[in-house]
Amino acid sequence: MNFDAVFLSRLQFAWVIAWHILLPAFTVGIASYIALLEGLHFSTGRAVYLRVSTFWIRIFAVAFGMGVVTGVVMPFQFGTNWSRLSDAAANVIGPLLAYEGLLAFFLEAGFLGVLLFGRKLVPPWAHFVAALMVAFGTLVSSFWILSANSWMQTPAGYTIINGRFYPTDWLQVIFTPSFPYRLVHTVLAFYITSAFVVMGVGAYTVRLGRFAEEGRVMVTTALALLAILVPLQLIAGDQHGLNTLQYQPAKIAAIEARWETTAPVPLTLFALPDQAAETNHYALDVPYLGSLILTHSLGGSIKGLKEFAPDERPPVAIVFFAFRIMVGAGVLMLALVVAGLVLHAIGRLFSNDWYLRACQLTIPLGFIAVLAGWTTTEVGRQPWTVYGLLRTADSVTPSLTAPHVLVSLFLYAVAYVIIYPTGFLLILRLVRNGPGEEVAIPETPVQAGRPAKPIQDLPPLPHPGGLP
Amino acid sequence: MTEPAISFVGVWSVIIGAGVFLYVLLDGFDLGIGILHGFAPRAADGEVMMKSIAPVWDGNETWLVFGGLALVTVFPLAFAIILPAVYFPILVMLLALAFRGVAFEFRFQDPGSRAFWDHAFQYGSIVATFAQGMVLGTFIQGFQVEGRQFAGGAFDFLTPFSIMTGLALVFGYALLGAGWLIMKTDGALRDWARQAGRVCLLVVLLAVMTVYVWTPLREPIVARRWMSWPDVLFQVPVALLTVTACIWEWRVLGGTKDAAPFAVAIVLFLLSYLGLAISVWPMVVPYRFTLWEAASSPSTQSFLLVGTLFMLPVILMYSGWSYWVFRGKIRRDLDYH
Repeated sequence: MNFDAVFLSRLQFAWVIAWHILLPAFTVGIASYIALLEGLHFSTGRAVYLRVSTFWIRIFAVAFGMGVVTGVVMPFQFGTNWSRLSDAAANVIGPLLAYEGLLAFFLEAGFLGVLLFGRKLVPPWAHFVAALMVAFGTLVSSFWILSANSWMQTPAGYTIINGRFYPTDWLQVIFTPSFPYRLVHTVLAFYITSAFVVMGVGAYTVRLGRFAEEGRVMVTTALALLAILVPLQLIAGDQHGLNTLQYQPAKIAAIEARWETTAPVPLTLFALPDQAAETNHYALDVPYLGSLILTHSLGGSIKGLKEFAPDERPPVAIVFFAFRIMVGAGVLMLALVVAGLVLHAIGRLFSNDWYLRACQLTIPLGFIAVLAGWTTTEVGRQPWTVYGLLRTADSVTPSLTAPHVLVSLFLYAVAYVIIYPTGFLLILRLVRNGPGEEVAIPETPVQAGRPAKPIQDLPPLPHPGGLP
Repeated sequence: MTEPAISFVGVWSVIIGAGVFLYVLLDGFDLGIGILHGFAPRAADGEVMMKSIAPVWDGNETWLVFGGLALVTVFPLAFAIILPAVYFPILVMLLALAFRGVAFEFRFQDPGSRAFWDHAFQYGSIVATFAQGMVLGTFIQGFQVEGRQFAGGAFDFLTPFSIMTGLALVFGYALLGAGWLIMKTDGALRDWARQAGRVCLLVVLLAVMTVYVWTPLREPIVARRWMSWPDVLFQVPVALLTVTACIWEWRVLGGTKDAAPFAVAIVLFLLSYLGLAISVWPMVVPYRFTLWEAASSPSTQSFLLVGTLFMLPVILMYSGWSYWVFRGKIRRDLDYH
């Protein structure tokens, strides 16, 4: 491993994207969940939906603020650390990123203020529309960013002139072969992540007993959504895998740690892949299963890593283990959902403390799966930024030196190590406070013995809240 | 690629120019609130100041993202040269923006560590603004370029000139922030903002005059252009109008109209921005690449232009609606419930 500007820039990108992706993984789903609750309240008039929604809006506000500031960091990385990628590929991927800003970021930010602070200022339907727009914005955002990512994974609709990419067909650029699969797989993953958080927090609230009604609403709505989303994700993941086998066979070979091209292909449950020796140690293989999963036939064959030049292979061990962590998390999720449905069917969902406790413990499961899945697909496409065409090593900013990147990486590390635990603790506190009517937060604290602003100092209300 | 009959570079220059200006105005006043935050006479004023921008700050910051993304799409060469040249100012700006951005929620949700996040909000705002001012100074200085890449050192940006532009922007944003406060508050806080605005205005006036004298001395290209016909036709009136706007701003800061100081501060920023634009036009990587040389493929430009022309009015409409909902003087009862 060479601690040069390329490696350190990759480490920096991995660091800022890994922390950032945790927030969309949570907020994309929660935004839709809030819109759902606001819609249920709007149509049924039941106050419990409003209380649950207000509770999640408070948590959403903290997470979304963190998502915004860590998201602003991302586009600048392309300029500061990956200027050659920007120069070479901006003609093609620039508009996809710009459309994300144009169609999604403004929509989210524009309606977020009204969603968070405007309940007393606008009629209920307008507040509901604001919730819908924020949720819609997060989905539009996912669409464009994954379109850009998919183009880099499976480029299409371009031509190369003097080492730079030029668009030839915009529909092909947006809808590259891997894009539909990646979009469905990722958005489902985000929804599932949020649903497991809602279910765990609901289980905690039920166990606490103070806001049991709100807690039950959370658990049942989340379980109902998961009962649909998790099985769908199994199908989506399988289809995404078949698509990857077709367009990025080296990634599949790394995922399965297959060095030789064989038929039938066994499934390696566990091994220690050895990149230098081009073999696996301590391998635990199940015959035929690899063929069955990867090609949907017993005798199917896949290309082994040895068919790719050594400098065109991804780091096998990382991809191999990341994939297994993701699948392991998925299996656990499925088990939880099945157990929850069975308990619900026999009417013991809320009387079984073990299950509620398990829901609480598995809150991080979705995040783990998202990070592992992201690692699989991003490390698996190495050593390329634009797959098969532009190497990562040729994408970095030429004027950068290793010490400079080390300084910036260190500062990003320090900043995120302060910001993330603080945000996490605040969200924990909001969860502990529960979905009550009011949260006891002093409005104007008395600091250093100085008196708070006197009330009579306040201006009269300029216009009455809640238009007709 | 063969050049098409119609070029979109002109349209795009106007759009991106306007987008960057909107960013400077909008995030300018909320960063300005952050810069002034700790100087407010009473602790409770800090709360009111935060409340005056809490619903709009992240919409304002979105223009920064839009500016960056539009730049990489339409002028990728400029993006690929300028950002590496200001690697550290951009890094510092992003980190400072992160700390001040999370401070809104963190200080609200956690009274126990409110003092820490108040500082994060204020210092974050000051540092982010200073870094942006240094980027501006570096841009006016120009860049060392080889081929299509930045070829200078990582600390080329650090000069007395860029430090001066950094400080100037801090006082400039604080002036916008003071104008916003005068408009959104009343009583003692408004009166204080009027005084703070005058202090900032004096520094801004000094800085603008310094830039007008220093820039042509530093950059002979700019000097030649200012003296040359017909550029002098634009530059002299803009300079005179800028000084007039400063005097006007001084008067309205001492006056009775609550919206005037913010409005005139906008005029002042617009004139300074125009003066800068006239000086570097048509360069996008000053003194090296023109807008046309740095532009992306015509197909890229037109593909994004279609959506932009359609979406920008819509965005302005619903952003405007959001401002309209929170119009008037600050209400204290607007929390999440």
